[in-house]
Amino acid sequence: MIEKRKSWMSLLAISDQNDLLNLWDQKKIKISYEWLRQPEIGSIMAQGKMGVTGDKFNIGEVTITRCSVKLDCGTIGHSYVQGRSKRKAEISAVCDALLQTKMSKEVNENIIIPLEKIKKDKRDKILSKAEATKVDFFTLVRGESD
Amino acid sequence: MYVAVKGGEKAIDNAHSWMSEIRRGDPSVPNVSLNQITEQLTLGVDRVMSEGSLYDKDLAALAIKQSRGDLIEAIFLLRAYRTTLKRFSYSKPIDTANMLCLRRISATFKDIPGGQKLGPTFDYTHRLLDFKLLAENETPLSPTQQFENKKVPHVLSFLNQEDLMQKEKDNNLDPIDITREPISFPTSRAARLQALSRGDEGFLLGLAYSTQRGYARNHAFVGELRIGIVEIELNIPELGFDINVAEIILTECETVNQFQGSKIEPPQFTRGYGLVFGQTERKALAMALIDRALRWKELGEDYSGAPAQDEEFVISHCDNIQATGFLEHIKLPHYVDFQSELELIRKIRADAKRNVKRL
Repeated sequence: MIEKRKSWMSLLAISDQNDLLNLWDQKKIKISYEWLRQPEIGSIMAQGKMGVTGDKFNIGEVTITRCSVKLDCGTIGHSYVQGRSKRKAEISAVCDALLQTKMSKEVNENIIIPLEKIKKDKRDKILSKAEATKVDFFTLVRGESD
Repeated sequence: MYVAVKGGEKAIDNAHSWMSEIRRGDPSVPNVSLNQITEQLTLGVDRVMSEGSLYDKDLAALAIKQSRGDLIEAIFLLRAYRTTLKRFSYSKPIDTANMLCLRRISATFKDIPGGQKLGPTFDYTHRLLDFKLLAENETPLSPTQQFENKKVPHVLSFLNQEDLMQKEKDNNLDPIDITREPISFPTSRAARLQALSRGDEGFLLGLAYSTQRGYARNHAFVGELRIGIVEIELNIPELGFDINVAEIILTECETVNQFQGSKIEPPQFTRGYGLVFGQTERKALAMALIDRALRWKELGEDYSGAPAQDEEFVISHCDNIQATGFLEHIKLPHYVDFQSELELIRKIRADAKRNVKRL
């Protein structure tokens, strides 16, 4: 369960806000909830490692929006998402809550699976373009060979 | 005598109003949208995010638009906004071995696992103006190729195996955060790397070039340069586990430099390291050269008095917002200061004149 939850929360966090909002609006899921924490815009400090494997250092900050909701059934959903879209944070927290209820199948099919596909397509496109720029070396034989 | 004056409000308002009008330019030309900036002036956006020290493409694009393309002004705007944000937390350290590489090259080894991938680069172009771009509706499409989705190992890790490369050990130390604590000298490598990563590209470029020309001579090979997408993991306190909260582009550069060895260590290669937000390879490369030059003390090398070896000089001057703030403030009225200078020089001259008469 935790692994699955980590996976959908991560996907929601990095999804494009327009993709998420479009999918959510298309589905027209009617659900009522209350705020545990209103959307709040802030940042996190990204850290790297010196020389790839060494000690940590700070690179710079990334904008993040977070919020928490409680469904009428009592299920709690959280979100920490990239960017400054309060609406994206809200929908993500609601999805996080719904995915823990019996509505999970519906949300999974209509939101999570399409977002996964968008992510995979985007990554595959980058990898396939990068692959096309791979250098093929060929060696020129110089002088006389035996 | 000097009497303090007030005024200029109307002039300032009108100046700003004219600046806004000029920023918009000819109204018959379409207004530039933020999407156009994030999509088509990507490297400018990346520079503003890296030196603004805040990864947010939309805000960087807005800053570029607002500043009329003056990138240092844009960086200033982003830095100022950054200070208003609540800091939620620190991320887990990013493992760049998991990077989804757009570009990955090595100048030290030809055949490397994963191969040399040039990516979307200006290298090998002829630097001739491309008049085809004058035609507006070009939408070029580049080729694709079957790929294997495998982790791309770092090139220098192969040298690590033979112990030819100095190992970078993780001692689990918490780094100083220069946005929270002022830097005092001598400082740590962590503080230097943070300062360099948000430092001015032009300043770093000039300093790195100086090391190549012989000031703190330190011949560097590019062991590896990679650009790509990484995910940032964060511990969520409410839940007690980690999730990925963001996806960003980073440029990483590792240089290989010789090291003579010391009493306790045999000769081996050492690293210079650069890691920067966005597709910013000139800066990441410069950062790696400067990082290596600044490590002279730790590696027991000679101090030759070169600027690139002087951490106080480098770190105190690499921040373009600090620099431009101090530089540009001298444009603002200094009437009182100057009045005192003026009176002083008049007095000295009058004294000098009297002395001449007496002779």
